[in-house]
Amino acid sequence: MSFSERESWTLIHGMGLGALFLLAFAGGLAELWALKPDLVTTKGVAGRMRRLKIGITAMAVAAWLTVITGTWVVYPWYRAEDADSARSRLLADPDTADWHTFGMEWKEHIAWLSPILATTVAFIVFYYGTNLIRHDRVRRTAIALFVLAFVFAAVAGLLGALITKAAPVE
Amino acid sequence: MNQTHAEIHYPERPEGPISAAILAAGVGALALGLVTTLAEASTMVKDWLRWSDVVGPLSGKVIVSVLVWLVAWILLHLALRRSAYETRRALIIALILIGLGVLGTFPTFFLAFADG
Repeated sequence: MSFSERESWTLIHGMGLGALFLLAFAGGLAELWALKPDLVTTKGVAGRMRRLKIGITAMAVAAWLTVITGTWVVYPWYRAEDADSARSRLLADPDTADWHTFGMEWKEHIAWLSPILATTVAFIVFYYGTNLIRHDRVRRTAIALFVLAFVFAAVAGLLGALITKAAPVE
Repeated sequence: MNQTHAEIHYPERPEGPISAAILAAGVGALALGLVTTLAEASTMVKDWLRWSDVVGPLSGKVIVSVLVWLVAWILLHLALRRSAYETRRALIIALILIGLGVLGTFPTFFLAFADG
């Protein structure tokens, strides 16, 4: 069993970085959610803030690497002019053309909102630090943006998986 | 509040920089939606955005959007860095801008402006 260069990059883009993103999101969200006065102790706050910063940074880095590899490594293979490219195969059949004209057209753009929002949340966490514990409004704002970053990535990821199923990059 | 919480160190930080970052994210999202729709509406814009032959116009769209986001962040940060600008107001404005940005990237919307 072996993978071609294109299959390897598609795996790195979709599954490797995608899994890291998902893991970092789950960890970051749990830490952000639990950053409440009743749940934080003096002893535990340092470890909690450290885990939060690691989770948020990992998610932001994973989001940037995912969109960069997707746009500059995998997408050129997908959109190549030759008849064997994934886009050409999808557009050649009216039954699958929507996977490109709607699915890929939306995915390739909306995915870029995720790293922007994840970076914004990372900034909030690093800048405001422990103040997030006592300022619930700011903490909830960070959670809202964090979840939104995940939603945009999830939409792009789901469309990517379905498009790859219909016409894999080969 | 109990004694335990009093021992946690809370550095004094204004909310302004947080609001600046949130607003800038909204501006970046709006920029992405705007260039996506403009690229569809004008062949000239689409060709100008083709900064990479292999990636096509998407290369210009995302680089322009990221640059707009970063410049907006710097300018808003300088303007709000010492202010107490509330994050709730910033979040509402940013969500509206993000909504418009998402609309601009939605194929059914931007294809309605297709040039020719």
